Amino acid sequence: MRWGEIIRRLVVIPPTLVGVAVIVFVLLRVVPGDPIAMMIPPGATPTNIEHLRAFYGLDQPILRQFITWFGQALRGDFGRSISVHQSVFELVRARLPATLELALLATLIAVVLGTITALIGIRLRGRRAELLVDGGVGVFLAIPDFLWALILLLLFGVLIPLLPISGRIDPEIDVSLHSNFYLLESLLTGRFDIANALVHHMILPAVALALPFSALVARILKASLADAEDQDYAQIARARGFSRPEILLREVFPNALIPTVALGGVQVTLLLGGTVLVERIFSYEGIGNMAIDAVINRDFPLIQGLILTFAVLFIALNLAVDLLVALLDPRLRHG
Amino acid sequence: MVDLALDSAAGPSSRWTAALRRGGPRLWLGAALVGVLVLVALAAPLIAPHDPLEQDLMSAQLPPAWTSGGDPAYFLGTDSLGRCVLSRLIYSARTAVAVALVAATLAAAIGIVLGLVAGSFGGWIDQLTSRLIDVWMAFPPVLLSIVLAAVIGAGLTSVIAAIVVVDWTRFARVVRAETMVQLKRDYAAAARAIGLGRGGILRLEILPNLVPLVVTLLAVEMGIAILVEVILSFVGISVAGDTPTWGGMIAEGRQIVYQAPWIMALPIACIILSVIGFNLLGDGLRTLLDPVQRR
Amino acid sequence: MTAALTVRDLHVAIGHRGSATNVLRGASLEVGAGEVRGLVGETGAGKSMLGRAVLGLLPANAVITGGTIQFEGRDLVAMPEPERRGLLGRRIALIPQDPMTSLNPVKQVGAQIAALLRHHLALSKRDALSRAEELLAEVAIREPRRVLQLYPHEISGGMRQRVLIAMAFACDPSLVIADEPTTALDVTVQRQVLQLVERLRQRHGAAILFVTHDLGVVAKICRTMTVLHAGRVLEEGETADVLAEPRHPYTRALLAATPRADRPAEALRPVPQALIENLWAEARRLDRQSATAMS
Repeated sequence: MRWGEIIRRLVVIPPTLVGVAVIVFVLLRVVPGDPIAMMIPPGATPTNIEHLRAFYGLDQPILRQFITWFGQALRGDFGRSISVHQSVFELVRARLPATLELALLATLIAVVLGTITALIGIRLRGRRAELLVDGGVGVFLAIPDFLWALILLLLFGVLIPLLPISGRIDPEIDVSLHSNFYLLESLLTGRFDIANALVHHMILPAVALALPFSALVARILKASLADAEDQDYAQIARARGFSRPEILLREVFPNALIPTVALGGVQVTLLLGGTVLVERIFSYEGIGNMAIDAVINRDFPLIQGLILTFAVLFIALNLAVDLLVALLDPRLRHG
Repeated sequence: MVDLALDSAAGPSSRWTAALRRGGPRLWLGAALVGVLVLVALAAPLIAPHDPLEQDLMSAQLPPAWTSGGDPAYFLGTDSLGRCVLSRLIYSARTAVAVALVAATLAAAIGIVLGLVAGSFGGWIDQLTSRLIDVWMAFPPVLLSIVLAAVIGAGLTSVIAAIVVVDWTRFARVVRAETMVQLKRDYAAAARAIGLGRGGILRLEILPNLVPLVVTLLAVEMGIAILVEVILSFVGISVAGDTPTWGGMIAEGRQIVYQAPWIMALPIACIILSVIGFNLLGDGLRTLLDPVQRR
Repeated sequence: MTAALTVRDLHVAIGHRGSATNVLRGASLEVGAGEVRGLVGETGAGKSMLGRAVLGLLPANAVITGGTIQFEGRDLVAMPEPERRGLLGRRIALIPQDPMTSLNPVKQVGAQIAALLRHHLALSKRDALSRAEELLAEVAIREPRRVLQLYPHEISGGMRQRVLIAMAFACDPSLVIADEPTTALDVTVQRQVLQLVERLRQRHGAAILFVTHDLGVVAKICRTMTVLHAGRVLEEGETADVLAEPRHPYTRALLAATPRADRPAEALRPVPQALIENLWAEARRLDRQSATAMS
């Protein structure tokens, strides 16, 4: 991808984010539901309520509220959470790594699973067993991540109690790590006991997130492999004495990867969105779980901060996918 | 070549069966599943053994009738408040179908109108609509629907609004693309040549061609609507009060999943069957209607 | 000396049990060592099928129903797969038709040639690349070292065809099947490519089966020729003889239909419809004969 196009994409980001912020801002304030009313202790006087409202700036007109918020946001201050009484920035910073690690693990699992399934499917091309693979993929695709989360919770948490079903790590373990990237840091510093406990807690939610995505990857990759295998250059490779497995891996796969990443990469954002419910179901302490609480509590500042965070992640992900596609396809690199 | 001639001379009934056969096993299976769902929803008052809201605290958390400790009066057991699980499942199907139908139709209506407008007018209208769709799709759908429903307050309206608001883009994008393609086709140029205005072209030429596409999307959309409703009731922001919903049953079941796993497992099974049913129906409809269209 | 290629009475059919169509009906030809034989016919005559059958690359629904194919005396049809794969690309090579689609778009040109060399000749990566550079020089590509690093879309169609020719002769084959290699090129490039093929053939001593529908090309480069129609050989012999005094009415008609620079004022005469119909009737009669013979 030429530099001009990259710059153009980057330039569009701030306005998009502002647009998102405006929409959320307006939406939250225009509709009924008073956050202050939800947090007043019993016996509070009207003066107390007024003070509370003023403290959060909710007595100002909407435009002034937005300008204040925007100005602060530019300086990195996203306000204080109404329900948790901490800086929104700090709250997000504390919990974001947990979600990122979960999403990363899920994506990894999905890619591996999806690729293996696609390769098996293409080996069976033209045979009746291929229908089985296609059918299986269809079923896995139809069931969304939160349903998988519930199913896995039932199967491996309750009926066959193999794995824990809540939290990020056992409460008894003393996690004395520097960052909140528990998994990465524990692996890098050799604290395998912590890493082990973490993975035990992460595996069910990660698999739940991974299954629909892996089915998508499998379907797209298999179709791309089949399409590429029918191309002239793959057929001619057979005339040159290469065997089908050799051709599939060396000639066809690099070509099939391009549309797969292009079409499937975009869907990683869905995986990220899925963390909202899956984290809730497994009581996993990430930003998804926090988001649900924030919404139920009408915690405007926190909701805004979280939606903006998700928006930034989505945009970054889309950009990364486009860059990856350009990397894989030499035809795109030279205009 | 002789075969085609025979085909078109066949009577209407054999054309139906031929069509159904063309749709493949998916169409059959999907139609069957959806059909059962709709029937259960319609006949709920007749087939539910108990009142779904009736509590019997003496018989709380009973397992299904065929297991030990089960009561034949409550075929699939009871929940924490002694309410019959089977009856609640049946009435939840009612809610699911109602929501799915209304929400999917509304999402389709809005999406189609906007898609048609964008596709046929082009220019800045199209640009604006496309930008709008892009920004809309930058929102995490689940979060967006939760925010909306939380903000509007519990109730059927907010659930439907949430579904519509989140997924109208699905229809809009497809309809817009298809409209633009169709407008470039020869018959559209011919229609313009004989003086048909834009509205006329839309009505007479484009819309009929969009029908198969829209029908397929509707089937898929209803499956999605059911899922969104489940999500919202799981989070606690769906239809008000005691009205049974699958999502609500799952949320309750999650709390007591170790003691009474069937309360969570059974609604999940119902949801899966419904969603797969709608997906298969959509797939089958697509196979059925597509080859005729693209000939 | 054993002929490079001997095809005897080859029958190939396409399709399923009930509705198979014959594409080759007892075709026979022989290409001696170092000989250049043209295989001529209109589109659909079966010439590509014959080439594919030799290479063992018939489409999935095509099957050899009779006859033999021998390469230097060895039966190609009955040969075990691994043995045949050792021959293909090495002793028997293909020059494909379409330079646009015959190269892998995401791999560098040098890498593709080197992969072939390493597969058959077990060269090291470095040796393979330097040998690839030599091959590119042999097909008159300027700056071969730079071209090694380029991707197919970065070089012209003519250069791509040269690369394909280089790959065909890379492992010193004794038989090259050229499948309409000049059809996709413009006339000036055609001439260069033909000269190149002839030069390489002389240097490597290979036999060539030149599949084409262009009689002009056959006249330029093929010493012998075979005329194919409806999967049957109608005429064959030394090119000079066949073109000067064609014996079969079809060959005569083909010649008459070919525009010639030395007789510009002549009106073009298409091959007479009646002749074509007769030939097809004869072919179908043969089909029925062989069908009854088998049952």
